[in-house]
Amino acid sequence: MTREPDQPSLLESIGAHVVLILAVIFALYPVLWVIALAFSGSRPPVAEMVPLPHDATLAHFQEVVSTTKATPDGSIWLFARQLVNSLVVSIATAAVGIIIAVPTAYALARFKFLGKERGVRALLATQMFPTVASLIPLYLLLDRLHLLDSRTGLVVCYAATSVPFAIFQLRAAFEAIPVDLEEAAMVDGATRFEAFLRVVLPAARPAIAVTALFAFMSAYNEFILAATLLSKAEMFTLPIVLQSYINQYDTRNDLFAAGAILVSVPVMALFYVAQRHLVAGLTAGGVKG
Amino acid sequence: MASVTVAKLLKRFGQTEVLKGVSLSIPEGAFAVLVGPSGCGKSTLLRLLAGLEIADQGTIHFGSRDVTRLEPRDRDISMVFQSYALYPHLTVRENLAFGLKLRKTPAADIAKAVAEASKMLGLDALLDRLPRALSGGQRQRVAMGRAIVRRSSLFLFDEPLSNLDAALRAEVRVEIRKLHDRLGTTSVYVTHDQVEAMTLADVLFVLNKGVVEQSGPPLEIFSRPATRFVAGFLGSPAMNFFDAHLERKDEGFQAVAKDGFTMPVHPDRFAGELTAGREVSVGVRPHDIHVTPGGAPFQVSIVEALGAESYAHGTIAGSPFVARVEASTPVKKNDRLEISFAEMHLFDKQTGVSLRAP
Repeated sequence: MTREPDQPSLLESIGAHVVLILAVIFALYPVLWVIALAFSGSRPPVAEMVPLPHDATLAHFQEVVSTTKATPDGSIWLFARQLVNSLVVSIATAAVGIIIAVPTAYALARFKFLGKERGVRALLATQMFPTVASLIPLYLLLDRLHLLDSRTGLVVCYAATSVPFAIFQLRAAFEAIPVDLEEAAMVDGATRFEAFLRVVLPAARPAIAVTALFAFMSAYNEFILAATLLSKAEMFTLPIVLQSYINQYDTRNDLFAAGAILVSVPVMALFYVAQRHLVAGLTAGGVKG
Repeated sequence: MASVTVAKLLKRFGQTEVLKGVSLSIPEGAFAVLVGPSGCGKSTLLRLLAGLEIADQGTIHFGSRDVTRLEPRDRDISMVFQSYALYPHLTVRENLAFGLKLRKTPAADIAKAVAEASKMLGLDALLDRLPRALSGGQRQRVAMGRAIVRRSSLFLFDEPLSNLDAALRAEVRVEIRKLHDRLGTTSVYVTHDQVEAMTLADVLFVLNKGVVEQSGPPLEIFSRPATRFVAGFLGSPAMNFFDAHLERKDEGFQAVAKDGFTMPVHPDRFAGELTAGREVSVGVRPHDIHVTPGGAPFQVSIVEALGAESYAHGTIAGSPFVARVEASTPVKKNDRLEISFAEMHLFDKQTGVSLRAP
């Protein structure tokens, strides 16, 4: 048997697989526990080497999903409300972030203008403060604006934190797109804006998808801001709901685990759909012309 | 189709003056080549013609149209980029149709134009592929197709062959020339490759340091270079130069090299400013030498045998010198030959201007 010069030897191949398998176990072991806890009935696993569900049941999922709250206008389905809150806030955050970051990043990548470098540095500086540092000012600001306990308020805060990162990521993506492409489009009859719309944006699509996904996920997973700015259960996003199962007086690991799995489903679905884009985004740089 | 007239074009990038008042005119339907070393301003000039840069001073006319400040899309031009600049998310067909679509050409006309261009360049089998699924040569052809599909009045080429391997380059070079003969569109072609320049051009412009050093039909420039720079730039291997000074001899002059050997200077072939004692640079093309007894002493240090001919490298009058010899002439390392020059160029040592009679 002959082998290509860049193909690993059997020994290298085994070594690589061992490392990868260990990494997968390391990443998946906690998830295994979550699954075991979520599906276990009366006797949840406690200290076993390989956690497996006991008396498999879907009762915990049912309990998590069927939460309701009585209001003067009747009872509302709490879990559905909170899921919608999470999705709406995350999608809006991604959308607002992309809408602001795309033109900004493009301008930074292509044009020279006064204060450009300082502006970039200022953006970078905003990334250095932990969210907690701005928690109280944000609370006071949103209070003034009557945006506490609202999705809009949360989206504004999330977008503000996701935009700088999105700008940096997209700027690099736009810089990687050859200027020739736009120039060719302009010679072909496009205005600068048409060239941007019809050539640059499609070429940057993988990077934009990755950036949007990232903004979506950070909003979807965010806890501290949401916990501070939201106080009504019907306005909660899912991370707060999860946290509520583990409180001072009552620790419901089973509900927490079931909730965690439910919360992960949309993200997993999103990853599955965006997979092709993500891979393209990571390899697109090698294409010339 | 349009003629191109450029007048006193000046372009600065920051402190650097890239074009220092370039004037040139290209007749309608001609294939013009801009050639020069990197940094000579040839690409900048092309970008000014395309409207991708705007001149600081000077004017550009296509025919009678002043296009100096027009946007690229309003200039009625096509351009082939060095990187090909194919739209990566569009198929070959969509790449070809892109410009026509932007101009709201009716779909039937687009299909016809694309089919025609694709047939001309042999792209029929590739129309539904994305650029990333094409080889370098195929991408190059698509880039050409995108240029010709719109039937613009001016084609611009920015070193379109530099990303191809040598064999393909020679092939595509001929194709480009054939295409031009067929379409007759005025073309401006930028290259630093002098073979492309010599073979493609109807009219050649040699640029150096932001000015046109010489222009005209390529063979004329090759045989009558106006400056030492042009002489050294065109021709491969490059022209040899060595220092000498002029002395009176009988009715005329002779050039005397540093190590004492002399070469007759025909007064009717050189301009009237021949004066005794003038310092000159003697230029001799490697192809213009004969191995004959009684010629200049030439110490061979290395021989490159190419099969049909050989290049003997050595020194004359202390300067490096390359001589072409027939393969049948036995030359080897460390030989001491005597060579004479069938053709000789004289340049002023300071200014580099040719002393040849106009």
